[in-house]
Amino acid sequence: MAKNTLFNHIWNQHKVCTLPNGQDQIFIGMHLIHEVTTPQAFAKLKEAGLKVAYPHRTFATVDHIIPTEKQTQRPFQDPQAEKMCQALEQNVKENQLTFFNSASQKQGIVHVIGPELGLTQPGMTIACGDSHTSTHGAFGSIGIGIGTTEVGLLLATQTLALTPLNVRRIEFKGTLQNGVHAKDVVLKIIQQLGVNGGIGYAYEFGGDVFDAMSMDERLTVCNMSIEGGARIGYVNPDQTTFDYIKGREYAPKGEAFDTAVKEWQRIASGPDAIYDDTVQFNGDTLAPMVTWGINPAQSVEITDPLPHLDHIPENERKVAEEAYAYMDLKPGQAIEGAPIDVVFIGSCTNSRLSDIRIAAQVLKNQKVASNVRALVVPGSQAVKAAAEAEDLHRIITESGAEWREPGCSMCLAMNSDRLNGNERCASTSNRNFIGRQGSPSGQTLLMSPAMAAAAAITGQVTDVRSL
Amino acid sequence: MPASPQIITAISGHAISIEGNDIDTDRIIPARFLKEITFDKMGEYLFYDARFNEQNQPLSHPLNTPIAKNATILVVDDNFGCGSSREHAPQAIKRFGFDAVIGHSFAEIFAGNCKAIGIPVIQASHEALAKIRAQLQKNPSTQFNINLVSKRVSFFEESILIQIPNEHRDAFLDGTWDILSVLQSKQELAQKIDQALPYLKP
Ligand code: SF4
Repeated sequence: MAKNTLFNHIWNQHKVCTLPNGQDQIFIGMHLIHEVTTPQAFAKLKEAGLKVAYPHRTFATVDHIIPTEKQTQRPFQDPQAEKMCQALEQNVKENQLTFFNSASQKQGIVHVIGPELGLTQPGMTIACGDSHTSTHGAFGSIGIGIGTTEVGLLLATQTLALTPLNVRRIEFKGTLQNGVHAKDVVLKIIQQLGVNGGIGYAYEFGGDVFDAMSMDERLTVCNMSIEGGARIGYVNPDQTTFDYIKGREYAPKGEAFDTAVKEWQRIASGPDAIYDDTVQFNGDTLAPMVTWGINPAQSVEITDPLPHLDHIPENERKVAEEAYAYMDLKPGQAIEGAPIDVVFIGSCTNSRLSDIRIAAQVLKNQKVASNVRALVVPGSQAVKAAAEAEDLHRIITESGAEWREPGCSMCLAMNSDRLNGNERCASTSNRNFIGRQGSPSGQTLLMSPAMAAAAAITGQVTDVRSL
Repeated sequence: MPASPQIITAISGHAISIEGNDIDTDRIIPARFLKEITFDKMGEYLFYDARFNEQNQPLSHPLNTPIAKNATILVVDDNFGCGSSREHAPQAIKRFGFDAVIGHSFAEIFAGNCKAIGIPVIQASHEALAKIRAQLQKNPSTQFNINLVSKRVSFFEESILIQIPNEHRDAFLDGTWDILSVLQSKQELAQKIDQALPYLKP
């Protein structure tokens, strides 16, 4: 078992006790909730005659199901969306929870607004009923995705029963080339370690590449830890982290901030940290990544041909065959040039201001291909406002792409943003599972915002570095 | 949450087999069905896109057979339930009528979510699964019995060893799979941690 890592430090500090079943009862310092995974949990709470135990540790927003057009017009067109939001509004009121609703100017995808508001800080345990809660690990916290039953337990007790994890250090050395981004880094990690490689592990990301990354980029990588099977992924807090937090609404102020920084430095993995495993990558040679299959490990560097079946490990071959058939792709072919019908730039993986900036940079003075429908969906109201203050929305709409209101949108297609039939989508989201983007036969190719924007212009998978 | 702990020692009944590795939660329950505020109807949506065509007409699928109506055991393959942490997938399985899932391996969060709602997730070797399926081929209405005490699944003339993580097994046998009461009993210690934490003070 790992020792003296950030993971160990935070775990121990939040450990209530060891349970009879061998799991640890862990106190969760911050609980983020949204409209989709909570109604059943609140219903059970009420049934048991309980209230939220620590209301000051729970923060709510709406993101999963709300429309990304005319968001403030109520009731929503979709009666089910209306019902879910009303349920959340009612539960928030009854339990006096902080709620960042559409009128607050602070609404957005739960994993985007946590960092943005300064709520997400190093050293925290954070849970949310969404598997991408690992995102918050970018700040040197433990972010863990949970199911609705656990949401209920958390509301009632502010604790969870968790199995301690091993810690794997993932080092990325060197410098990324122009046009290569955080999304490519994490797709590479998952390609190499597999969708199950992280089961039982927390991933600690470190090395030159991570040291040089902005917080937005670290968020992108930690976001997809879970796609590699690691329920938790984190980066140790450093000056980049502290600078990001300083001055944000929920950040400690003045002297309290300095005290907090000392504490954050203390909880970081020490020089004497012991890991259960260490893996190294080289960032110098990495090219932009694109997925070609139906899980996020099925990806290639844009310059490589799609793998031949006999190069794929035997236990993954059947899925690869299924993927090729489903995606209308063939082993040995280049992914570059594969036609695209839809482009989705958004989701908690890639919808922050820096992502919108990169997309806008590529789209500037260009036109989206006539047969492509392109959607740019900012992650939060704050991202939207900041992008508009820089006139990015003008560049985006002038290119022919749509500029939407914040939400999860086509990441999971719970609102009307979805694929039709077997449309193929270049998507900056995190999952390329069959049916994920709303059509049972829709095809998803995961890539970075730069690559997705390039695909929008040419109507096919394109190496953004060649534009 | 349920007032009385529920002890689960055995599951018996008909079985339905769903083949394929890496079946993710979006396939178990397509995301467009997550819009409801209760789990009541989730059973109807189980494997919807495999069971029905785009005109909502039923396709040939193991879950559309008459046996499925009162089957209690779902037989699957490797890495079942990967993908999202959403509990709708185990809820769909439970509400369709299944009381246990048996397969070669399961995604961790999925297995945890199943345990939390009282569905034992049971591991069996590839050989054992092949035997179960061969028997189902021969006689789809075979009675199966999964015994958590002896860790065996028996049917016809067979009795095969199965695996279940000890912590899951203990929880079913003691009736503590719904751990609310377990967690609640440590509220004083939890309060101490709350007060000691440097962040998010009331
Ligand atoms: S954008 Fe997608 S992954 Fe992120 S919180 Fe929303 S649904 Fe979950």
